[in-house]
Amino acid sequence: MKKIERKTIIENVKSMLMDSVKTLHQEVIDAFVTSREKERNPLAKNILDKILENHEIANSKDIPLCQDTGLVVCFVEIGRELYFDYDLDEAINVGVSQAYTQGYLRKSVVKHPLNRINTLDNTPAVIHHEFIPGDKLIIHIAPKGGGSENMSTLKMLSPSEGREGIIKFVLDTVTSGGGRPCPPLIVGVGIGGNFEKCAWLAKKAILRPLNDLTENPIDRDLEIELMERINKLDVGPMGLGGDTTCIAVKVNSFPCHIASLPVAVNLQCHSARKNEVILVGKEIDNADNR
Amino acid sequence: MEKKLTTPITDSQIRTLQIGDEVLITGYIYTARDAAHKKLVEAIENNEELPFDIKDQVIYYVGPTPAKPGQIIGSCGPTSSYRMDKYSPYLMEKGLKVMIGKGDRTIEFNDVVKHYSGLYLLAIGGIGAKLSECVVENELIAYPELQSEAIRKLKVIDFPAIVAIDYQGNSIFNK
Repeated sequence: MKKIERKTIIENVKSMLMDSVKTLHQEVIDAFVTSREKERNPLAKNILDKILENHEIANSKDIPLCQDTGLVVCFVEIGRELYFDYDLDEAINVGVSQAYTQGYLRKSVVKHPLNRINTLDNTPAVIHHEFIPGDKLIIHIAPKGGGSENMSTLKMLSPSEGREGIIKFVLDTVTSGGGRPCPPLIVGVGIGGNFEKCAWLAKKAILRPLNDLTENPIDRDLEIELMERINKLDVGPMGLGGDTTCIAVKVNSFPCHIASLPVAVNLQCHSARKNEVILVGKEIDNADNR
Repeated sequence: MEKKLTTPITDSQIRTLQIGDEVLITGYIYTARDAAHKKLVEAIENNEELPFDIKDQVIYYVGPTPAKPGQIIGSCGPTSSYRMDKYSPYLMEKGLKVMIGKGDRTIEFNDVVKHYSGLYLLAIGGIGAKLSECVVENELIAYPELQSEAIRKLKVIDFPAIVAIDYQGNSIFNK
């Protein structure tokens, strides 16, 4: 049995969040630079320049990229050899609370959808768990903005609608979202599973590395075709037209019922903030453990 | 070439602007988003006085991050405007002239802007760090209980925006 200390979780969650709100992964910056070079619409080019400039200012002035510092989404992969004598979710939420209250981040979470009373520390995070082999704990964390989340969609298609039905639904989602979700986007698509599983798949998809080509050839072909067709929609940066509507499409699939073809589309704005950490469990003294 | 716009906004300033024009705003503007709009409209419905004189003013849809010590304001980019469509006509009836936010509005809103000879401006979303450099004063003036959604009076210099709906109700999104 191996253990990771509670304070290690708290410190890592806190620092990952505080870092992620002002620094994008290099692959995202590279994608904007590449898109900017190819972009033919002058206004779109100008907006891409401003997005890149904003990143430099956020870094140099130590100020969040975007005022919407998100609702925290967390995917936790838990090594089966790990042992927890504390509440892991509680530890994550303490990290979230510290990041938002000490890091001058916006608190954007309300206690109840209808009473709209702010929780004042941006907790609770939305936390998903999975078990993995081994002794590592992998935490993927993303402060997810409300604008792009609001334009995300889910539909239970009929199996007869097939691949074209999925493509149409994704394109409709991006078109009707227009400038609201702050394109250029990362488009996460979940297909299969059931009602909640496809939403989970879509959310997981937006956290994949941009150069991560999925192994399943059906999904990979969909990613390539969707990327091409989305960028022909002329939605463009902030919905004002252009060749750069998305910088990546990620498709995740799962087996589903013979009657169903669930599809979910989760949109990630251009402020594609995320972070991840791999923590390794340490052998615990049995005497201490008993 | 950007056009300069100074607040409070006059009809003659508004009439020179067309959709797609880039403007630089200088002067005082007021922040308000969902929760503050709800409160403002409730105040109007209860015949109460608004917390600031809204006539010929500019509302910016933003909930900034808290300022660190030594900063005037935190990150302060626009939020999506369509969520305010239900409330804005009440405020325009009271004299509000200009709204700054991101994204399109409901199609009916073009006529609202036309009716009041107003203006809807787009600021670029997700560049709140850059936009914070235009803010030189920041004073919380109403609804402190709303936290980031409280109403703030900001003084801005050359705040960049794009004309999205002009005073004749033309929209950049329905070209």
